[in-house]
Amino acid sequence: MLAQLTSGERQLSIVVLILMAMVGLAMAAAGRGDPIGVHGFIVVVASVAMIFVMLSGLYAPEPSAERLDHYYDDPSKVGVILTMIWAMVGMFFGVWVASLLAWPDLTFDAAWASFGRLRPVHTSGVIFGFGGNALIATSFHVLQRTSRARLPDQFSPWFVLLGYNLFCVLAATGYFMGVTQSKEYAEPEWYADIWLVIVWVVYFAIYIRTLARRKEPHIYVANWYYMAFILVVAILHIVNNLAVPVSFGHAKSYSAFSGVQDAMTQWWYGHNAVAFFLTSGFLGMMYYYLPKRAGRPIYSYRLSIISFWGITFMYMWAGSHHLHYTALPEWVQTLGMTFSLVLLVPSWASAGNALATLNGAWHKVRDDATLRFMMAAAVFYGLTTFEGSFMAIRPVNALSHYTDWTVGHVHAGALGWVALITFGSIYCLVPALWKRERMYSAKLIEVHFWLAISGTVIYVFAMWNSGILQGLMWRTYNENGTLTYSFIESMVAMHPYYIARAFGGLLFLLGAITGSYNILMTIRGHSQAALQPSDDAPQRNLAPVAQPAE
Amino acid sequence: MEIGERDPVTGQVTTGHEWNGIKELYTPVPRIVFFFLATTILFAVCYWVLMPAWPLGKTYTKGLLGIDQKTSVDRLVKDATLERSAWTQKIDQMDFAAIQADPSMMKIVEETGHTLFGDNCAACHGTKATGGPGFPNLTAGIRLWGGDPKTILETLRVGINSTHPDTRTSQMLAFGRDGVIDSKQLADVVAYVRSLGGTTDGLDADPQSIAAGQDVFKQNCIACHGDDAKGKRDVGAPDLTDNNWIYGGDLQSVTTTVYGGRQGYMPHWEQRLSATQRKILALYVLSLRKVPQ
Ligand code: HEC
Ligand code: HEC
Repeated sequence: MLAQLTSGERQLSIVVLILMAMVGLAMAAAGRGDPIGVHGFIVVVASVAMIFVMLSGLYAPEPSAERLDHYYDDPSKVGVILTMIWAMVGMFFGVWVASLLAWPDLTFDAAWASFGRLRPVHTSGVIFGFGGNALIATSFHVLQRTSRARLPDQFSPWFVLLGYNLFCVLAATGYFMGVTQSKEYAEPEWYADIWLVIVWVVYFAIYIRTLARRKEPHIYVANWYYMAFILVVAILHIVNNLAVPVSFGHAKSYSAFSGVQDAMTQWWYGHNAVAFFLTSGFLGMMYYYLPKRAGRPIYSYRLSIISFWGITFMYMWAGSHHLHYTALPEWVQTLGMTFSLVLLVPSWASAGNALATLNGAWHKVRDDATLRFMMAAAVFYGLTTFEGSFMAIRPVNALSHYTDWTVGHVHAGALGWVALITFGSIYCLVPALWKRERMYSAKLIEVHFWLAISGTVIYVFAMWNSGILQGLMWRTYNENGTLTYSFIESMVAMHPYYIARAFGGLLFLLGAITGSYNILMTIRGHSQAALQPSDDAPQRNLAPVAQPAE
Repeated sequence: MEIGERDPVTGQVTTGHEWNGIKELYTPVPRIVFFFLATTILFAVCYWVLMPAWPLGKTYTKGLLGIDQKTSVDRLVKDATLERSAWTQKIDQMDFAAIQADPSMMKIVEETGHTLFGDNCAACHGTKATGGPGFPNLTAGIRLWGGDPKTILETLRVGINSTHPDTRTSQMLAFGRDGVIDSKQLADVVAYVRSLGGTTDGLDADPQSIAAGQDVFKQNCIACHGDDAKGKRDVGAPDLTDNNWIYGGDLQSVTTTVYGGRQGYMPHWEQRLSATQRKILALYVLSLRKVPQ
């Protein structure tokens, strides 16, 4: 892979890595005795290791100009592998925290293994580690194909991919040490946040630079979604993480917001992270891999447009539905609730657009587990968005809020939608990237599909039951007008559901492991002949025919 | 708009664009989408008119219904309190014996006390109030400070070794660690204490050791635990002759207690629970008693 880089790119990498190592050294020195010092050390080790890798290939011959006749897929390949590693890590921690809720003694009495520290390792591991790597890997692939242009250079994609994973490692290791901003999905502290901003700006630049050089007159809808994802996540991340560090030698910082403003900013961020990270980005994935696999045209271009703008506009308002019946002024809650309801229409329009695209390909859905993954994802997307809008209604929320119903809702989306669409896409992507005719084993995809579906269904049903039961127990009064159940009784009632949930999660994890094995075997190239579709190449010499996107 | 080819399956035309083999149909947006869009927006607009909705600088549109979550919640709380006052007033006014003699009142005490206990006390005393190591079993009699309702009420009000200015204070001294007694005396007094009836194997110990322990006990312990070792309510010292142990009656636990001392902590509830709630709890705790005192 190194031989592909030009000597200029190799030198640039080394310079950047040296800079990073120096920053890491400064962090380690200034933060002795503080977690930031440990993180400085991690940065130094990672940068120096990469410097050695780069030096080993520094004097390799200059790559031939022929490389420009191919798409640049090496970062996507590494991205796919990282995706599967993070999937297994993140889901393993998920099963662990789920088991902890059923059997609280599984912490081994160690601080790092307490629930409060493991939980963000799970959430960040699956959302950022698994989801984020999947988005980066697929976005590079889709961007080049649908623009018929190669990525603008060979340094920045690596910077984005590896820099992003460094962020994920800093996040997870920080949680073990107790580093957290106490903001959900925005737990990493200020220095990790700054680093992510740098990485993200480069990511956005790659997108813009490639699109600017595109050889297709129009920008494909998948790219709108990926762009919305990158752009809005940048805004959300920067605003929600505004904070003042205690000092440059301390991991701890204080948020720029306080009180109800802090809560509102956090949930504006939190809900739009669901919208633009976990929905928009993955819709981009769906809009490419689903029609590609089905071999069908997108059902309706016009539906794509109205749902794209509907989703983008409406989601921005919905965050306050996370704060119903709190100190947040009621008018803000009203806006959050009403926009959440309107949001259902474009959400269902997207899901419907995907499912209607399968018209004429339903026999493939039956036979091909990869396509079935994507079909099921679209169904879960529809279900989850319906549930979300429903739970945003204040009286419904009065029952559902703070219960496991919320957890079930999140996982209907995270497992049913995000993970299923990712696995489906990856099963399309892997043979394409490694030039194989197909995946190593279609049977194993089938096994993975059923493990994933049954895991999700068990999980979601367990949480619906336990959530609604919990909500009802908390609001049941006896005839004297006092509460019938104490909190601890509701905990006892949850126990069987918590066991079921851990089991569902375990099935899902087993599915991810099966998938990883299948991918590994495909990469190692057992069985099939190499395959190179003739049209899978960028157009080099034509002048761009750029027109505004409609 | 360029018009592409016609799709045989749906009969729709494509937009004429193609990206890496992907085409798009020019299918019109189904009418139902606009219908639902209109319905949800209509609902939203009606809701905005009726409820607090849009910010206007320093204020906001209040909505025609004049509903506001703060006043609604205040009203709900007031109504609920009013509804309960039918019996809370009785609890406040009646004396303990009268309530205990009235089955309908005791039913309320048990129902309400059960939840209050689960939410406030079970974390330490257990859901069934049977205690655990370090936390007394309340179903076996309230014997540290006394089991009449007034005393329990006071214990709840001020706590034990708590931060309340009037807190009940008690301490089991660290006889071994502070060198008040030597290790032989320690072993003897432990053997003696364990022979008083609180354990099944207490009399298996060496009779000489037990006899020596009795002397140690007389010199050091009776001030708090009493001549008969049955405890003293005014200093919160427990009865050592029953099999109801806070910290455990096995050799190891009793030795640890006498060597290192103990000082249990029970929070005070004056600020956290209302007088009515505390009265209910005192009655509830008493109602749990299995053994008559
Ligand atoms: C933080 C733990 C804790 C909580 C919560 C707690 N207790 Fe206690 N409680 C104790 C301890 C420890 C003792 C014994 C103190 C000692 O050993 O001297 C005690 C003692 C008592 C006693 C006195 C026993 C006696 O023999 O005189 C009563 C009565 C009592 N608790 C009732 C309650 C009630 C009712 C509640 C709920 C409102 C409650 N406790 C909540 C820890 C707790
Ligand atoms: C200053 C008063 C005081 C003296 C003197 C005293 N104790 Fe105690 N003892 C207490 C108190 C108070 C407790 C309850 C401590 C608690 O619950 O936290 C207690 C508890 C105990 C217990 C634990 C009972 C259980 O249920 O687990 C044992 C055993 C005990 N004492 C033995 C002794 C012996 C033996 C001596 C003499 C060597 C002694 N005590 C002297 C006040 C005293």
